Amino acid sequence: MDWLTIGLILFVITWLQTVCAYLIYLERKVAAWVQDRKGPNRVGPWGLLQPIADGLKFLLKEQVVPAHVHRSLYILAPSIAVITTMLAFAVVPFGPTDVSAPDRLRFIIAPNIDIGLLFIFAIGSLNVYSIILGGWASNNKYSLLGCLRSAAQIISYEIPLALSALGVVLLAGSLNLEQILHEQARAGLSGWLIWYQPLGGLLFFVSALAESNRLPFDLPEAEQELVGGYHTEYSGLKFALFFLGEYTHVITVSFLMAILYFGGWHFPAIAEYGSRYIGATAIKVLILWAKASLFILLIMLLRWTLPRFRFDQLMHLSWMGLVPLALANLVTVMLVRHWALRPWLLAPGSLLILLAALLWLGLLREKRYAT
Amino acid sequence: MPISPSEIKWVDERTLRPWDWLYLPALWDGLSTTVRHMFSRKVTIEFPEQRPSIPPHYKGVHRLNRDEQGRVRCVACYLCATACPAHCIDIVAAPSPWPDREKYPELFVIDELRCIYCGMCEEACPVDAIELTTLYDLTGFSREEMLFDKEKLLAVYDYTVAKGSDPIRTHRGVLGPASEIASQQPAPLPNT
Repeated sequence: MDWLTIGLILFVITWLQTVCAYLIYLERKVAAWVQDRKGPNRVGPWGLLQPIADGLKFLLKEQVVPAHVHRSLYILAPSIAVITTMLAFAVVPFGPTDVSAPDRLRFIIAPNIDIGLLFIFAIGSLNVYSIILGGWASNNKYSLLGCLRSAAQIISYEIPLALSALGVVLLAGSLNLEQILHEQARAGLSGWLIWYQPLGGLLFFVSALAESNRLPFDLPEAEQELVGGYHTEYSGLKFALFFLGEYTHVITVSFLMAILYFGGWHFPAIAEYGSRYIGATAIKVLILWAKASLFILLIMLLRWTLPRFRFDQLMHLSWMGLVPLALANLVTVMLVRHWALRPWLLAPGSLLILLAALLWLGLLREKRYAT
Repeated sequence: MPISPSEIKWVDERTLRPWDWLYLPALWDGLSTTVRHMFSRKVTIEFPEQRPSIPPHYKGVHRLNRDEQGRVRCVACYLCATACPAHCIDIVAAPSPWPDREKYPELFVIDELRCIYCGMCEEACPVDAIELTTLYDLTGFSREEMLFDKEKLLAVYDYTVAKGSDPIRTHRGVLGPASEIASQQPAPLPNT
């Protein structure tokens, strides 16, 4: 533990919180624009001070702890939500990193963690405890029902999430996120893993959406239908912590999408592997952040595009759709790696899997209409 | 009135083609709609700076109409107070100082906080003395302030007339059917 790491941790925590606050602002703005409204524009120019006002409000609100809750677990749950999502960010590189020799200016809290991706999945799955504990400690049957079904959702979607990411791991030959990014950047634009794993990328994105409780998979919250879900009994800062956890998760997922599938900080001509010009590091950081921001924006747009899944559809999509597809994708990658075939075969491979899925869906429909 | 068959448009459920079963084309369609709306013209009216144009049939704050000589039109018949479902109209009648009517309201108070703005008072009024205007931004610092008396309601009339925002139901300048003393026949129904 050196001072650099401590400084970096402090920086990332404050940075994540600021970004989360402004993501909520952006979320409201995007929601407004999509609905032909203008969105928050009263606090400061274009409403830019709105997150600060909201944060102050959350801080100054009375900390209500209902009399019927299990007090310690009730307070523990939102902390877990934040701690796990923040911890997962420890191994995510948020700028160019040097795998062989970590330099002074590094953009990752814990460099060269060989179990990087596994660490993220392991820590991320702890997140379900915050939901379960939050719902159970609330001592409210609706919260309990909400937390149970969101726990089922998160556990179901962890499987396709990990399975689809395994394809990337097999191709890059490492669980280390820096290593995966490094491999892609060295191979250039054609090395972006999305060309080899289009299906895997799609599956990963969909499962990650479900993992972070974003629409169309936001059954845990489902503002329009339920009273609230697992966080019904929460208010003030504790509610804000759940929110913070969710948005941190969204940021992590967007970074993961950019790093695993879209070449991380690599961009043709501007930020190549060998780019050594002045300010190249800054450009690379900006490119990675821009890619992640695009995914965040996509997630926000999807929120206003897709209606929410019904719970049985949600389970059906995961177990009958994503898991078999991810398995097939994984097997394809394994075959290619085993016989040392050309990796570009994976793109038509993904297409073949999709066609097979279509055929299967067609057969299912035939059967449904026949009966 | 039944809807004529020619006005009914039957829309068949779209048959899904195989690639639609994956939901992805529909997702793309939806995203393009969402993005298009993101850049479309916004309908928001930024209220305190921009004022919306209120349709003239809006039911806002009441006014008490004046007749041609500037006197209050009300004849204190209590029909509005009777029709009022919220019991927010309080009238004290007195013998009229003018020869063309028996009574006039000495006091005419509407509790604007209690009113539900249903407009039944103006429908009940036989002399078109009470009307709901397009004033919508009614605020006050106390409950007492929101009890609108006769003077205040007449002032609302003067204000709306000066502003040129008469409600479309108004018969200003034309006396209502009940006050037609000269012609003893029943007045024709308007607009039939």
